[in-house]
Amino acid sequence: MGRGLGEAAVADNLGSGPTPGLAIEARGLVKRFDGTLAVDGVDLAVPEGAIYGVLGPNGAGKTTTLRMLLGIIDPDAGQRFVLGHARPQDIARQVGYLPEERGLYPSMKACDAIAFMGALRGLPLAVGRRRARELLEANGLPPDRQIRQLSKGMAQQVQLLGTLVHEPRLVILDEPFSGLDAINQGKLERLIRSLAEQGTTVIFSTHVIAHAERLCDSVAIIAGGKVPYAGSVDAARDRIPAQVRLETRNPDGPWRAALPATARHEGAFWYFPLPESGIEPLLRALIEGDAGILSLSIERAGLHDAFVAIAGEAAAKALETGEGQG
Amino acid sequence: MSAGRLPLLKAAWVVARRDFTAILFSRAFIFFLLGPLFPVVVGVIAGGIGQRVESAAGAPQVAVAMEGRDLDRMLMAQARLAGYLGFGVPELVEVERLAPGERFDARALLESREGNYGGVLTGTPADPVLTATVERQWWAGPIAVIAAAADDPAAAAYPRVRTETVAASGASEARARMRTAQAGQVILFLLTMLLAGMVLSNLVEEKANKIIEILAAAIPMDALFLGKLFAMLAVSLVGIAVWTAAIGGVMGMPGIESLFGGALSLGDLPAPGVGWPLFLALGVAYFAMAYLLLGSVFLAIGSLANTVREVQTLSMPVTMLQVFLFLFATLAVADRGGWMEWTAIAFPFSSPFAMLARAAQDESAWPHAVALAWQAGWVLLSIRLGAALFRTRVMKSGPQGARRRRPWQRAAAAVAQGPRRA
Repeated sequence: MGRGLGEAAVADNLGSGPTPGLAIEARGLVKRFDGTLAVDGVDLAVPEGAIYGVLGPNGAGKTTTLRMLLGIIDPDAGQRFVLGHARPQDIARQVGYLPEERGLYPSMKACDAIAFMGALRGLPLAVGRRRARELLEANGLPPDRQIRQLSKGMAQQVQLLGTLVHEPRLVILDEPFSGLDAINQGKLERLIRSLAEQGTTVIFSTHVIAHAERLCDSVAIIAGGKVPYAGSVDAARDRIPAQVRLETRNPDGPWRAALPATARHEGAFWYFPLPESGIEPLLRALIEGDAGILSLSIERAGLHDAFVAIAGEAAAKALETGEGQG
Repeated sequence: MSAGRLPLLKAAWVVARRDFTAILFSRAFIFFLLGPLFPVVVGVIAGGIGQRVESAAGAPQVAVAMEGRDLDRMLMAQARLAGYLGFGVPELVEVERLAPGERFDARALLESREGNYGGVLTGTPADPVLTATVERQWWAGPIAVIAAAADDPAAAAYPRVRTETVAASGASEARARMRTAQAGQVILFLLTMLLAGMVLSNLVEEKANKIIEILAAAIPMDALFLGKLFAMLAVSLVGIAVWTAAIGGVMGMPGIESLFGGALSLGDLPAPGVGWPLFLALGVAYFAMAYLLLGSVFLAIGSLANTVREVQTLSMPVTMLQVFLFLFATLAVADRGGWMEWTAIAFPFSSPFAMLARAAQDESAWPHAVALAWQAGWVLLSIRLGAALFRTRVMKSGPQGARRRRPWQRAAAAVAQGPRRA
């Protein structure tokens, strides 16, 4: 498996200090729970200002990895650097965290809940209240309504705003899209992009590949506690040969010899990976073999295909099951 | 400005401030205030009823010990006057007919606590002597009227009643203080258990809501532990202040004593050994110690549990142990200076109860300074241990199925699973 630039740096620097330019750096993180290996040697390198996705099915070790990066739990082995600090606690006020399972005090007003979350990160209560009102009003949410009086989607937005109220440099979101409707998912995507534009590093876990594909510069794929791939989305997609979609007038003939053995026929189309020799020899063989080409397109592999190729069919199935749930 | 986590105490303050205001302005606090009111109301009503029953059927009597003729005249006069004056005339009861010149020990009779005697009348109708407590000295008036009527039915002058005052006897005072001690222990125990339960359910609710994860990511776990513990202590102190003000207000209301048949009269309550002000102050201090000790244990338990059911299961043995210790401390009240009292004082979880009882029974104040220092040491240790357990257990992650199984559990699972397939 190839490595992204960041991962190569991680491997080279094992045991040394943080790598400049990385917001998060994990080197061989290991975590066991009562003897069960939950995370097994995770390496991550998240560049500053990037949008970084952590992909994996439920139970893959995503949340445990994020918790280790946040200092909620300590790794049994390995190193982590968060904004250049070996102890995440030393930089806690510049980090925002949205856990997977949302939690707010139901009797608190929305603005108080946000101010409280800011206070936990060192923001004076009065400043937190003022910013909370601004954020809530900017997002069309009622500041003085109790959390229990808000819809689930609104409450989730309140919690997200609480994650951002202290203006962190690094935002870690655990399954942020889970439970949101399509409109709010779109809003969240826009918010994540705007955070990155302002220079904030955003790392989020998800089992919905489409979000990662749309948003992320880089991703880490986690399966069974390991990271079989970490690097740019483009590099992940490039690991899979482009797919050729071919439609012919003649159903059979000498041209069939030009298709690889893995080619599959679905409806009117043939699908197969682009041969390493390129498109020109293929075209020539099809024409000379009298295929009668009606259409031919080359489609770049999607992140989902890359995920299947990297993490395996089982992980992909688990991911799809998770998608279905989420 | 530092970029790291908030310092321990500042973070604890943030948590405590939120918990304090949240609980104070919640329905839970109303229930917390009203909860103890039910047994109090029931107790007061029952006490009032009891008092009324007692005043109707068993009002305090005056024991009479006089020479036979004098005694008969006194009893007849009392019966005659009672027809006119009703309850204004105390009931006279013959306890002894004295031979001429014979003396009677009125004090001994009162101290023996036999019968329902509030005073003892001796002497003669012309020269009556009333031996009674300060509260019953007012009987001198009615007795003067009875004595005058007994000496001469047409008398226009009343004899002077000589009075001899008995403070509550040694035996009755000790008994009264023991009641104060036990009442103090019961209140302390109820308050402690109520609060420890509240702090536990508060924590479990946060764990269930996953708010705990936000807190754990932002502040040290020790701060969360301390914040929760002290917020609840502050809430309880507010509760105690409200109760004290309410009770003070009720007792200050005109006519309240007669309404409850004297049940609410502070003067009738047996005074504790160290006096009321110090006793109340010590009550608050011992309550704080008892709560902090038990609360830290319960919070540590809360960190192990994920659901209310698990909490109930885990906290049951601690609750039972606490009940046992409370009963032990209650028993120790009757063993002043004995091994039982010293053990109860030395053992940290029963020490606040035992020492509060001692404050009710004993005048010396200095042992309380020593005891509070001893308990404070245990509180610190208990908080440290509780916080350490809380820190390591509260954010335990991983799938539920990944929990460590004991060897016998693994063996049982293997048997249940049968031979593995290749």
